[in-house]
Amino acid sequence: MSVLSHVFERAGLATVALASIRGQAVNARPPRALFCEFPLGRPLGKPNDPAFQTDVIRAAFALLERTDVPVLAAYPEVIVDQGDIPASCPLPPRLDTGGHPAAAEARGLRSAYQRNVDRYGRTSLGRVAGPDQIPDLLERIARLEDGASLADTELDAGRLIAAGQDVRAYYEEAGMQLADVTGARQLETWFYESTEAGRLLVRVQGVLAQTSDDKISRQYMMPFTQSLRARGKL
Amino acid sequence: MNDDATIRAGLEDMPAPELDPVATTLDAPLAECRVAIVTTAGLTPNGEVELWMTGDHRYQELAGDARDLQLSHFSPNFDRVGIIQDLNVVYPVDRLGEMAADGEIGSVNQRHFSFMGAQLEYSTMIQDTGPAVAQQLLDDGVDVVLLTPV
Repeated sequence: MSVLSHVFERAGLATVALASIRGQAVNARPPRALFCEFPLGRPLGKPNDPAFQTDVIRAAFALLERTDVPVLAAYPEVIVDQGDIPASCPLPPRLDTGGHPAAAEARGLRSAYQRNVDRYGRTSLGRVAGPDQIPDLLERIARLEDGASLADTELDAGRLIAAGQDVRAYYEEAGMQLADVTGARQLETWFYESTEAGRLLVRVQGVLAQTSDDKISRQYMMPFTQSLRARGKL
Repeated sequence: MNDDATIRAGLEDMPAPELDPVATTLDAPLAECRVAIVTTAGLTPNGEVELWMTGDHRYQELAGDARDLQLSHFSPNFDRVGIIQDLNVVYPVDRLGEMAADGEIGSVNQRHFSFMGAQLEYSTMIQDTGPAVAQQLLDDGVDVVLLTPV
């Protein structure tokens, strides 16, 4: 993003960048940046708080007057994530058809997921699976735990990362209908710690760490910090 | 240390291209300027979600009236619930609309653009896709770009 600031300013556009990692802004020296120490994934700070978001934008636009570039200011309020306070989501009854428990659990979340899509009109799902394919996707991922190769599951490294993101999105978005959660990462930690599907992904990542030399799939199939948390290192 | 602090600590020292900052000054008050958003969140139109991997320097045009955008950024290392709750927490298009209606900015461009951030190398973005987006924004009469990460 900082690089694009340079490109745009040189082309004749005035820019201001919201920066989420201070050191990167220091190194990249965008002409004008406002460091916002907010949860990663929420660069405007607070969902559904128009007044706060507008204040952040005003603080950023105030830097447009500055010509003593590079300018790196900081928004005065800090917001921290709440990954250490997992959401408490009562899971609906599993729709068990004899397969892996994660697949049964996912079937039970289908209506909650749909309610969330209907409410917000958005979903992050759809890289390799729609909501009705999530149980089958989990069955395939589960075979990796039993020693199957990626080829056996019809998932290469990229598709495994995408599958992990689709499963997580399905659960987090269903979870939004099961708990009143506002803190960043609360549903994320709930997913990886408290659901069959999330725990399956944690275990599969552990298996791949022992058996696969593909660093990409290991590194990006779940959040780095959730891997640390699962090993008691966070 | 919480999750984000741990991740930030690992990314603080990422190297960046050595570019000397140049400042474009505004020729008019902000209340007369047209504003566009360029985000590096890897946003894509509804139905086109994918795994937008690092190394892919292309850009995506976003229609100004689209609110059902999808997050295609490859990294799992950030909160993904906030953007479902409120698109504006990443892509503040409604906030800019309100500021235009209130006269704080002149207008909001009819389109915006997304790239995929978290890159390790930037040559295509610097030489090709970045200037291509800049030219389109200039053609639209944009004066100010608000850049948002994810």
